[in-house]
Amino acid sequence: MSTTEESILAPAQTAPATKGGAVAAYIDDRLASASFTKRLLDKVFPDHWSFMLGEIALYSFIILLLSGTYLTLWFNPSMTEVIYNGSYVPLKGVKMSEAYSSTLAISFDVRGGLLMRQIHHWAALFFVAAVSVHLLRVFFTGAFRKPREINWVIGTLLLVLALLEGFAGYSLPDDLLSGTGLRIAEGIIQAIPLVGTYVAMFLFGGEFPGTDFMPRLYSIHILLIPGILLGLITVHLIMVFYQKHTQFPGPGRTESNVVGFRLFPIYMAKAGGFFFVVFGITVLIAALVTINPVWMYGPYTPSQVTAGSQPDWYIGWLDGAVRLTPNWETSILGHTLSWNILIPALIVPGIMFTALGLYPWIEAWATGDKREHHLLDRPRNAPTRTALGVMSLVFYMILVISGGNDVIAVAFNLSINQITWGFRVLLFVAPPLAFVITKRICLGLQRSDNNKLLHGYETGRILRLPSGEFLEIHEPIGEAERAKLLAKADVIPLELPSAVDENGVRNPKAAKSIARAKLSQWFYSDVIPTPTDAELREAAHHAEHELHQAQSHLKEIESH
Amino acid sequence: MALNRRHPAALFAVLVVGLGTTGAAYAAVSAQTAPKAAVRTETQVEQGKQLFLEGCSSCHGLAAQGGSDGPSLIGVGSAAVDFQVSTGRMPLAAPGVQAMPKTPSYNEAETAALAAFVATLAPGPAIPTEEMLNTSNAEVALGGELFRTNCAQCHGANGVGGALSQGRVAPSLMGSDAKTIYEAMVSGPQSMPVFANSTLSIEDKQGIIRYIQELQKNESPGGFSLGRLGPVTEGLFIFIAGLGALIIAAVWIGAKAK
Repeated sequence: MSTTEESILAPAQTAPATKGGAVAAYIDDRLASASFTKRLLDKVFPDHWSFMLGEIALYSFIILLLSGTYLTLWFNPSMTEVIYNGSYVPLKGVKMSEAYSSTLAISFDVRGGLLMRQIHHWAALFFVAAVSVHLLRVFFTGAFRKPREINWVIGTLLLVLALLEGFAGYSLPDDLLSGTGLRIAEGIIQAIPLVGTYVAMFLFGGEFPGTDFMPRLYSIHILLIPGILLGLITVHLIMVFYQKHTQFPGPGRTESNVVGFRLFPIYMAKAGGFFFVVFGITVLIAALVTINPVWMYGPYTPSQVTAGSQPDWYIGWLDGAVRLTPNWETSILGHTLSWNILIPALIVPGIMFTALGLYPWIEAWATGDKREHHLLDRPRNAPTRTALGVMSLVFYMILVISGGNDVIAVAFNLSINQITWGFRVLLFVAPPLAFVITKRICLGLQRSDNNKLLHGYETGRILRLPSGEFLEIHEPIGEAERAKLLAKADVIPLELPSAVDENGVRNPKAAKSIARAKLSQWFYSDVIPTPTDAELREAAHHAEHELHQAQSHLKEIESH
Repeated sequence: MALNRRHPAALFAVLVVGLGTTGAAYAAVSAQTAPKAAVRTETQVEQGKQLFLEGCSSCHGLAAQGGSDGPSLIGVGSAAVDFQVSTGRMPLAAPGVQAMPKTPSYNEAETAALAAFVATLAPGPAIPTEEMLNTSNAEVALGGELFRTNCAQCHGANGVGGALSQGRVAPSLMGSDAKTIYEAMVSGPQSMPVFANSTLSIEDKQGIIRYIQELQKNESPGGFSLGRLGPVTEGLFIFIAGLGALIIAAVWIGAKAK
């Protein structure tokens, strides 16, 4: 059976009056893009500085694509051994791979090459930093809640891919640092039980380092991962368009609207301008500050290693985890299980990324919340989530800092052994402490918000009455802040279901709902309720009375 | 009046004789006070012994045989003494895991005397001669290879130093002169291994010194070097300066809307 489809091209009704109109009409007659473009350009975005963190990541990615393309024109990912004869004298006559010698050529002999390399590397650090901080913003404001869970998972995938992509780039120049990094990566692959050795041999095409891996890594770095990244970023952005951007609570902002500016002209100008700010700052840093001086590290040979071998910052937490883990190994039937690598490099990251990706569902299950959320939470209004976030962040930060334990030891004249033990203890002690402290701070801030709603803000003006009494004058808060504070939604934790039904028969399904209710109570039991309308009215009345009283006291004082 | 009359050449003769004797005397004296490192005189050894008994024997023992507080110095050679004393590591500022450099306590002549005395106890590595420290013909690329193979795992490929276990450190080489580096290689102070001539020939050592001198020039074609500490400081920089600047820009752009 055939289906008829209407032509999307509708003939222009009237002839356009201007030249620009004529061009637009010409394009529209062929692409029928006018209505789509109009919808696109009229799209409204809310305004907040933290909504631009994702943009920094996007722009860094564009800078990476552009600078990376320039580097591909000269970089040669070959492990063929050559004798260096370029302009960097201290390496003249040294045997090295073509990969390393072409990196040196880019740094010293290609016009603008060193600047381009530094732009590429700094932009990579920027990219992962911006992705991470953007993730924190989305997490702490609850922007991952329904209907945006899928986009959260895409974001998590983007982060994992960004880490892999960065590590691949770090490994390509074949200098002493990158080779050491690859050696560790190979060790991690080998630590996978049963299949590890086979997988490593398959990836490297034989024994480490071999000659096959570098060209393979190059294809992965310049084609495979960037392609997937580009595709996922596109989906990520289309979903933001389609689902609309979230916004912070405020006057006139509801779950069903978006208050802000249209994409054209305001956001075109803002975002376009911001791109140039990001580009400008990246180039400025790249022009002024050295990054990864590969010529100092020398070519990679498996027999050499340098003190202070560190990965780029975003792999630092994995390095730190490996540095903190004691040298546990077990031998089973002649096979060694390297827990010292398996735990920090595979099990812990596996758990961390799984928990990260699944978090929207974990929280939704605990709350039983099936509603859509387009208004963001202020972090203080979701104390348990905020505390969980800070707890994870502290855990992560201790791992990152441990990755630099040798640099810290030298810089602060400390013993590396003591630092390592200190961090081992902190890794288990500090996160729970951070959880409790953060939660208390959030609840305190909520109480302060309630105080503001009920009694107004403290003006700092103290009045001393003739009787000797002191009064501080409170004034009501503004409408905008009031709307923001009142937007807090109180969540009532799920009640514990009874384990037996009304006839005293054990309910087999109760166990699951009891677990869920317990989680829900853990999340929300100490929630501080927002003042009710009646309380607010009474407080307003009381405040008015107090203000009136204060004013009459003032008059009394003045008349004396 | 004949007594008063001087031959026209007399003034020149007096000058020649005067300058000649002064020069000869100076040459003799200076040869005595600044002997070549390898040459030691009896008085110097005597002076060194005196200094040793006063300043070193409480830990190293009256006969330099060592004890619970310090190692034996018999056979360590003049290179070890010169390295430890001229960098201020000895006398020890405070007991600890490692002697740290400080302002030297002994002047050059006293250091040379101490070295000369210890060298008489038993044969050991000697202070290198000027010729041994001449790196003008040394191969810098070979030196770099040897440096990365033998030195970089502790001192870092950049030569800025690194951590060892239990609070010990491989110090930065950025302020070390050729003689100090050479003496460290032949004497193997503290945690450092000894690189005897059978391991690294004199030419190899000269190459390494030449490469370190290249590193010391601190030519940083890429801009500020951030202490040459590698990815750690680069990461700190991108978060504090880089992302900091961009967030300020974002706040600024966000604020303009109001």
